[in-house]
Amino acid sequence: MVIPNSLSLIDIPVGDSARVVNILTIGANRRRLLDLGLVPGSRVEVIRRSPAGNPTAYLIKGTLIALRNEDARQILVDTN
Amino acid sequence: MSTINKHGLLIIREIEPLLPGNVSNIKDRIVSGIYRQAEDISAQAVRTESSYQASLETKLDGILTSRWLGFPIMLFLLTLVLWITITGANYPSQLLASGLFWIEKQLLNLFVTSGAPSWLTGVLILGMYRSLAWVVSVMLPPMAIFFPLFTLLEDLGYLPRVAFNMDNLFRRAGAHGKQCLTMCMGFGCNAAGVTSCRIIDSPRERLIAILTNTFSICNGRFPTLISLATIFMGTLVARAFSSTLATLAVVAIIMMGILTTLLVSYLLSRTLLQGVPSFFVLELPPFRKPQLGQILIRSLLDRTLFVLWRAVVIAAPAGALTWILANSFVADTSIFALIAGWLDPLGQLMGMDGIILIAFLLGLPANEIFLPILIMGYLSAGSMLELDSLNALRTLLLDHGWTWITALCVMLFSLLHFPCGTTLYTIFKETRSARWTIMAALIPLALGILVTLIVNQGARIINCFSAGFSG
Amino acid sequence: MIKTASLPVHGQEATKNFVIALAGNPNVGKSTVFNRLTGLKQHTGNWPGKTVTRAEGTFFHRNRHYTLVDLPGTYSLHASSTDEQVARDFICFARPDLTLVVCDATCLERNLNLVLQILEITDRVVLCVNLMDEAKRKGFRVDIDMLTHKLGIPVVGTAARSGRGLSRLKNVLDDMVAGKIVTTPQQVVYDPELETSINEIAKRLTPYLPDWINSRWAALRLLERDYSVLDHITDNKNKNYSPRILKKEVALCLQ
Repeated sequence: MVIPNSLSLIDIPVGDSARVVNILTIGANRRRLLDLGLVPGSRVEVIRRSPAGNPTAYLIKGTLIALRNEDARQILVDTN
Repeated sequence: MSTINKHGLLIIREIEPLLPGNVSNIKDRIVSGIYRQAEDISAQAVRTESSYQASLETKLDGILTSRWLGFPIMLFLLTLVLWITITGANYPSQLLASGLFWIEKQLLNLFVTSGAPSWLTGVLILGMYRSLAWVVSVMLPPMAIFFPLFTLLEDLGYLPRVAFNMDNLFRRAGAHGKQCLTMCMGFGCNAAGVTSCRIIDSPRERLIAILTNTFSICNGRFPTLISLATIFMGTLVARAFSSTLATLAVVAIIMMGILTTLLVSYLLSRTLLQGVPSFFVLELPPFRKPQLGQILIRSLLDRTLFVLWRAVVIAAPAGALTWILANSFVADTSIFALIAGWLDPLGQLMGMDGIILIAFLLGLPANEIFLPILIMGYLSAGSMLELDSLNALRTLLLDHGWTWITALCVMLFSLLHFPCGTTLYTIFKETRSARWTIMAALIPLALGILVTLIVNQGARIINCFSAGFSG
Repeated sequence: MIKTASLPVHGQEATKNFVIALAGNPNVGKSTVFNRLTGLKQHTGNWPGKTVTRAEGTFFHRNRHYTLVDLPGTYSLHASSTDEQVARDFICFARPDLTLVVCDATCLERNLNLVLQILEITDRVVLCVNLMDEAKRKGFRVDIDMLTHKLGIPVVGTAARSGRGLSRLKNVLDDMVAGKIVTTPQQVVYDPELETSINEIAKRLTPYLPDWINSRWAALRLLERDYSVLDHITDNKNKNYSPRILKKEVALCLQ
């Protein structure tokens, strides 16, 4: 499914933050992401990328958490 | 899905009509509901008095994981930890050795004066006690330095940063991001490293991590590498730099081990253990002031003594066996020499000899007894000998035809051969599979034979060429 | 000294061993709390049938003997990993006398996610808000009284690395065990549609459940199609399971 005009978490530059809109991941991994605090409406700040550019560290509800870019791509956000 | 018993099925039958259709929607709503409440409570209970911005910690984090400095800092810290371990362990090792061998002399006197049969004296003192003394004096000091240093880095919160830096390599190898952490643990002890693979949830990736853990050079193998590096590389430079050069040689072998880990993980994840890397979340906790007291207690009790005890339990019978093999004769040759003779052709092909191979084989119970068995083999003295200096060892090895190629091949084979008995047993316990345990031994062994064959033949060709030029 | 262990149930209070489950998110200083409370009286093993390390320690306080069981650090109890499953099963089915949850004062919201999930399972919970010193340094002020009031369980602020607040924590644990504290745990309220389903299912489940399992919690798990819970419930040979219910079930099965 292609959602028009949708940004994913990896599109957000380092230093900026965004609000979670939806998660495209399914199954147990969806649950893991939700449990980390990536529930729709929550704010995520992009903190830094690792030397090779993947994974990326995000500040999620006060904790610094690294996600691989292919997993972060499944997290849709808006920048409002 | 688990099997549900009769009562469970009945309950499900009664409840099923009440369950709404869209499960994933419900899961989302449950988690959202909990987080909404959590947000609500924390909003009322927590007051932010000042914004916490770009503190020292965040800057430090930026440096440790930066594009240009991340990897050099890791390499530097690894070298530093090893250098401290190597330099620091030297003196206490000598002290322990002289103490323990003094006790041996007293025990020997006691046995002789009490008229004990010579075979009993041989098995108990020259076999068991000597290998124990060697293992304790060689292993204890480096472990007592290495493990606290490692725990210190762990406690500071540096290891998750290492995993963060290196994850891309592991991702490309089809392995789990946390394999980097289990690999680091393996530098202390492969058995502990294999146990730590439990942090990886996916069975496929855990197996990859377990099978490749032996490519982390463990404490049992460091002494061998350090001695050989000092003898054959250290002599190339002035005495003052020899321990530094030895450290660098060991670091080079470690780097090769890491490359092998990545390569074998890559091959496994595309052949025997196919699959995509599973979802991986890495928390980067804030740096915390380490608790030195706790670090010392935990690393000494949980790691050092634990590993040492296991080594001791295994080294004692291995020492006895070695003595018996070296002192049982068929015609005029000891069984030890006989086996060494059989293995010699293979050893020569791999740039080594029969005695080196037998030392690796008898070193199966614990890697740290490799060097003592080797020395015993060369001296044919029938018992393990502690040579008083590395110089004496150097002379002994050179007398038996060692060149830098031999040393290199032994160091490579030390990296690439079957894991020690304790590690194999741990692998069996963790995987509950004889098949994977055998694989864990065969993969590195096959690699080791291949690599030493290539290096040896390659080195010979180069030698021929250079001889041709100079001649 | 006269041994009282052989006395019937009423006399066992003094010699009974109280089991406390220690839960919490990863990296919140849970093991520091564990080490501080138990000292060197620890031993490690495996969870039965699982390759997850289980650490246990003991301590004495006010003449009572406690066993502290260190659960794996998890963000949640949804059983999506072995760690979460182990933690959840212990809190729910091993019926510890108490569950002590350690959380990080610097990111309370994330930690409350776990606390609220535990409160759905049991009301015998004490909350330890650790890293109070770090929170202060970072400019957060955590209102412990407000938390106590909002959650309906005892809350103790600690800085386990320096040992601050731990003696108070032990006293609170003891008061809970002695029955001096009555908890009124905060329950999560879901959206109205979900609440209706939860209530209906919980009502139907109640007769099948032993009284120590929260039917609301069990209903939520069934709503998620997590049937492993049922397996556990019916595996437990509990005395509350009356033959009458069993007969009714067999009758249902024959229909």
